[in-house]
Formats: sequence, C-alpha cells, structure tokens
Amino acid sequence: MNLFVFPRWANKTRALAGMLLGGAPIYLTFLIWYGASPKTTDVGYMPQQPVPYSHALHAGQLGLDCRYCHNTVEQAAHAAIPPTATCMNCHKSIHTKSDKLAPIRASYESGNPVEWIKVHDLPDYVYFNHSAHVTRGVGCVTCHGRIDQMEEVSQHAPLSMGWCLDCHRAPEKNLRPPEEVTNMTWTPPEGADPFEYGKMLREKNHLNPPTDCSTCHR
Amino acid sequence: MAAISDVNPFVSAPVGDNAFARITDNVSRIAEVERPPRAWYIAFACALGILSIFLGSIGWVVWTGIGVWGTTMPAAWAFPIVNFVFWIGIGHAGTLISAILFLFRQTWRTAINRFAEAMTIFAVMCAGVFPGIHIGRPWLPYYMLPIPNQMDMWPQFRSPLEWDIFAVSTYATISIVFWYMGMIPDFATFRDRATTFWRRLCYGVVAMGWRGSSRQWHRYERAYLILAALATPLVLSVHSVVSFDFATSQLPGWHTTIFPPYFVAGAIFGGFGMVVMLAVPARQFFGLKRIIQIRHLEVMNKVLIATSLLVGYSYMMEFFVAWYSGNKYEAFTFVNRAFGQYAWSYWAMISCNVLFPQLHWFKAVRTNPIATLIIGMFINVGMWFERFVIICTSLTRDFLPSSWGYFIPTKIDFMTLGGSFGLFFTLFLLFCRYLPMVAMAEVKAFHPSAHAHEPDHPVEHTGQAPVGI
Repeated sequence: MNLFVFPRWANKTRALAGMLLGGAPIYLTFLIWYGASPKTTDVGYMPQQPVPYSHALHAGQLGLDCRYCHNTVEQAAHAAIPPTATCMNCHKSIHTKSDKLAPIRASYESGNPVEWIKVHDLPDYVYFNHSAHVTRGVGCVTCHGRIDQMEEVSQHAPLSMGWCLDCHRAPEKNLRPPEEVTNMTWTPPEGADPFEYGKMLREKNHLNPPTDCSTCHR
Repeated sequence: MAAISDVNPFVSAPVGDNAFARITDNVSRIAEVERPPRAWYIAFACALGILSIFLGSIGWVVWTGIGVWGTTMPAAWAFPIVNFVFWIGIGHAGTLISAILFLFRQTWRTAINRFAEAMTIFAVMCAGVFPGIHIGRPWLPYYMLPIPNQMDMWPQFRSPLEWDIFAVSTYATISIVFWYMGMIPDFATFRDRATTFWRRLCYGVVAMGWRGSSRQWHRYERAYLILAALATPLVLSVHSVVSFDFATSQLPGWHTTIFPPYFVAGAIFGGFGMVVMLAVPARQFFGLKRIIQIRHLEVMNKVLIATSLLVGYSYMMEFFVAWYSGNKYEAFTFVNRAFGQYAWSYWAMISCNVLFPQLHWFKAVRTNPIATLIIGMFINVGMWFERFVIICTSLTRDFLPSSWGYFIPTKIDFMTLGGSFGLFFTLFLLFCRYLPMVAMAEVKAFHPSAHAHEPDHPVEHTGQAPVGI
C-alpha cells in the first residue's frame, strides 16, 4: 500500500477549508437575510385575476375614488373587495356586451361572488387595521404604490415586519393631511420641508404609533 | 502489533525499555484493534438504547408540546433547566484540566486532559438540547441569536438568558478548537501507523498535514498557550453567567450574590465527579492503567474533597445570609428547603455532595478505583439534586402563598433526563473507539525519559509511565 495517500495539491486545501468554515456562516446569514426576505420573495407579486380589471383605467383615467369600491376602508380593519353589484352600478349600461365582462355578468345573475385573488396578504398572526392608518393620514399610495398606473395590481411594498416597524418608529416621513389619503400624486406644500411638515402633522394629530408586540400580534 | 510493523517500516513494536513507543502503542492500539473489548459493545448497545429513548421522548415533546412534562406554573423551569445547568456544569472540569492546570504546570493533567475535554464537549451538547426543546417551538431557537432579519427583531440583550447564549456558545467553540488542536499530533501518529487506505485517508485529513517539524511544534505550543489563556476565564465566566439566570431575578433563594462563585465551585465539583466516573472504567477496559494511574485518581479525589468543602461552605453561607439579612422571605425559603415539601431532595443533595465525598480523606478510599467510581456517581446525583433544589423549591414557594405549588415530574421528564445520558455515552464511547483517548504527545513530554539528561531527573529504566506532580 502507498504510504503517502495525499497528492501535493492537498496542502492547499487547508487554507481553502479554513475559508469555507469561516465564510460559510456569514454567506448563509446574508443569503437567508436577503434571499428569504419579503423584499425578494413578495414584492412584485402579480397574480392573474379572473377578470382583467384595470385600476389604471378606473382609478387613473376615469378618476374613481378608491373608496367608491373599497368603501369600508375608513371605518373597518378590512378594506372591502367590492361585491359584483358595485361593478354593475355602471356596467348595467356601459359595455354591456363586452366578452371581458362575461364573468361579472355571470356572477351577478348567479349571485356567486367573483373569486378575486388577494394580492396584499398579511400572515394570519398579524392584526392590521386599515381605518387606523387611513384616518390618520397614511396615504394609500404609501403602501400600495401607484395603483392608478397599474393595469394589473402587483405588490409594491415588502409588507415585512421590519418595513412596518420602520414607519411605526418614525411615521413623519409618510404622513399627509387625512383628507389627502386617496390622492396618488400628493406632495407636501410648496417650500415646506417634507420631514418638518410630517412632524407638524404628527404633533397636530397626536400620532404615537405603538411598537409593542401586542399591537399587531394579538 | 507485530502485524503493523511488518507492513509499515516507520512503526516498530516497542522493544525493551522504550517507554515512548509503549505509550504510543498503548493508546493507538485502542483505535487500531479490529474488535474493541466486549465491554465496549455492551456499553455501546446500552448507550444507543438510552439514546433512542431520548430521541423518542424529544420527538413526543415536539409533537405534542411541552405539556407532556410536569413543567407548569409555578414551576415553569423544572426539569429541562435543571438538566441544562447540570450538563453545562459537568463540562467545567474539562476546561479546568486543559486550561488552568496547564497554565499552572500541573503535569499530571496530561493523563486525563484529552478525555476530560471530550467530556466537556459532549456535556455541552447535552446541555444545549434542553433550552432548545424547553422553548416549546424548537424550530425557532435562532430567535435567540442576533442574526439580522427582515423583522427588525433582536434578542433582549438585557436578559441574562441572552448572555447565556453567548457564554455557552463561546465556551463550546473554544472547547472544540482546543480539543481538536490538541489531537492533531496524535492524529498524525494514527495516520502514520495506519495499515489501510481509508484509515490513512481519514486520519490524514484530520491531521491536516502534521509532520512534527520543529516549526510546527513551536507554533503548536504557542497556539496551545494562547488557547489555554483564552479558555481560563471561561471556567469562571460560563457558570457565573448561568448563575445570573437565577441571581438577577427577585425570587427568594435565587437573588443572592454568592451564586456565581457557588455555581463555579459546584460545576468543577460535578465535572471532576464525572471525570473520575469515566476514568475508572476507561483505564480498566482499554488497558490504560499505566497511563491513567491510581495516583491520578487520587489527585482528582483530592480536588473533589476541596470542591466538596467549597460547595458545603456555600450551602452553609446561604443559611447564614438568610438569617443575617433579616429578610423573612429569604429565611423562610431556606428553612423550607431543609424542612419543607422538598426536604428529601435537599438532604439527598447534602449527603451526596457534602457527606460522602469526605470519605476521600482516607487514603484507602481515594486510591480505590471502585470507591472512586461510586463516590463519583453520588456526586453526580448530588449535583443534579442541587439544581433541582434551587429551581423547584424557590419557584414553588415565592412571596405569595396563592402562587405556591408542587412540581411533579412525569414519565417523559424522566425519559428526557435519563435519555440525555444516552447521548453523552454514545458520543463518549465513539470517541474512545476512534479518537486518541490520551494525549500521547503531551504524556511523552513529561515522561522521565524525556528529561533524561537533566541532573535532577536521572534516567529511569523502570519502564513506568510519568512520575512526579
């Protein structure tokens, strides 16, 4: 039997093994931190809906207010997905023969709701209240992005816990007068420092968002 | 052994008074023989059986939840934390022997340091299991580590439980590095004596190209010294931090300043108890009586007397302080420990930890392997009860009688406790079979024939292994 089983290059593997042993935990931490973050996995989620409803057309070009369809958003935790009846308010007389609207008419006749697919889906162990945010001046666009430009709705923000806390710890940067929440193109008044303006609004409206565990995990 | 020397020209069977070769041969043979002694097989089968009970009970706990233990309010810590502190304490003897005794030039340590270090690592592994399953969601223990995450959530750095994570993981890392680095020259010996390709390859990989050159030895000894210096504070810090888990709380019986030194002394006491418990059968079954000698057992038994007295002093001092403080809750807690609902466990602790070890004052007892083994076992039982007494009496008798209770362990509690010994002994027996159980290179360095030319140490031709503390 050969006494020396290791070829010459085996000497180099020691340094390699050291680098691997030291580098692997760091690499894995960063891989999981970024790779499994909702920024990577969830942002841009755009499921195909049963009806090709265009927010760009309705909310953008036609200028429908968000609250015409999502009418519970100022009173309730949940922002309602409109029933087919809301669609039919207009579509009884507009595009009544359109093929694209066939599922809407079918739903209206049968009484079975259209099976819209939820895009902004928080985990079940998170309590989120739309009215608490909307009535205090966090704009729709802050979390949902430019819905008025989306043909099909996709997820704009990561909706991760870190992202929630980022605003709860310093809400100034995302505040606007409560009457402007549905305005997609609102900017702070001319000449005002956005941050100072936000601080002013925070003080005026007494906004102190809590960061206790039980705020969201009830 | 003749077979090996026939094949490998670099290895010769020990001839005459060649003590170095005999040491190498004695230790290497254990890993080289085709079949280990029958006792090893029997012990290994038992250990595997107990390990399967451990895994089964953990599986049951994970599947159903920790309610299958007796752990419930007010004794929310109960067995799992008792076991954690017990195992983490066991490890301390290994670090003490390998680091502090090294710095104090206690040469007798070389006979036992390798397997004491192995014991440390396996004990820390057993200890690590318990907090992991006690949290109830064993898939989330990484919450305890400060890993950057999308939740922006960090561990509570003000909690001693978090300090524990750092203390124990530092301890485990340093112990493993120390243990492994110490084995490298011995791995090289195994590699050079190997007669099959796979043995040569495997021991060759772990020996990392050790050739025993002067430069390598120089660096090795530097590194050993640095690691010993790094590990020395750990002997004191790890169990001090474990004691903070208790001492920083408000509970009577826990909230005392004596806890850190008291815990460290107890840990070294329990650890040495475990070392002698392992040393006696190991020297018996693996033919190491000439390396791990009676006088080594005797020295360890003396350490046991000293630490037993330290622990006994702490028990006494707790009572004294409870009285001297004039705090009625504190006073009640200690009277309750000795005469309350858990008095049986208190007296089990006192007799195992303070009374039985006093037998070692008799030379006939401390030089008797069987007596050493039995007293070592008692010490381990006693040290387990010490943690049980601390945790269970205080938790079930706090300030408000309305929150008093009585902790009753379930079958599963006993299975997880007993089973952890299965994990420990399985690992230990595998270590005995495949790794160098005694630090050959270090033993040789302190052998009389290594100092043959010094005037104080005339050459000894007795063929006896190391002499002189």
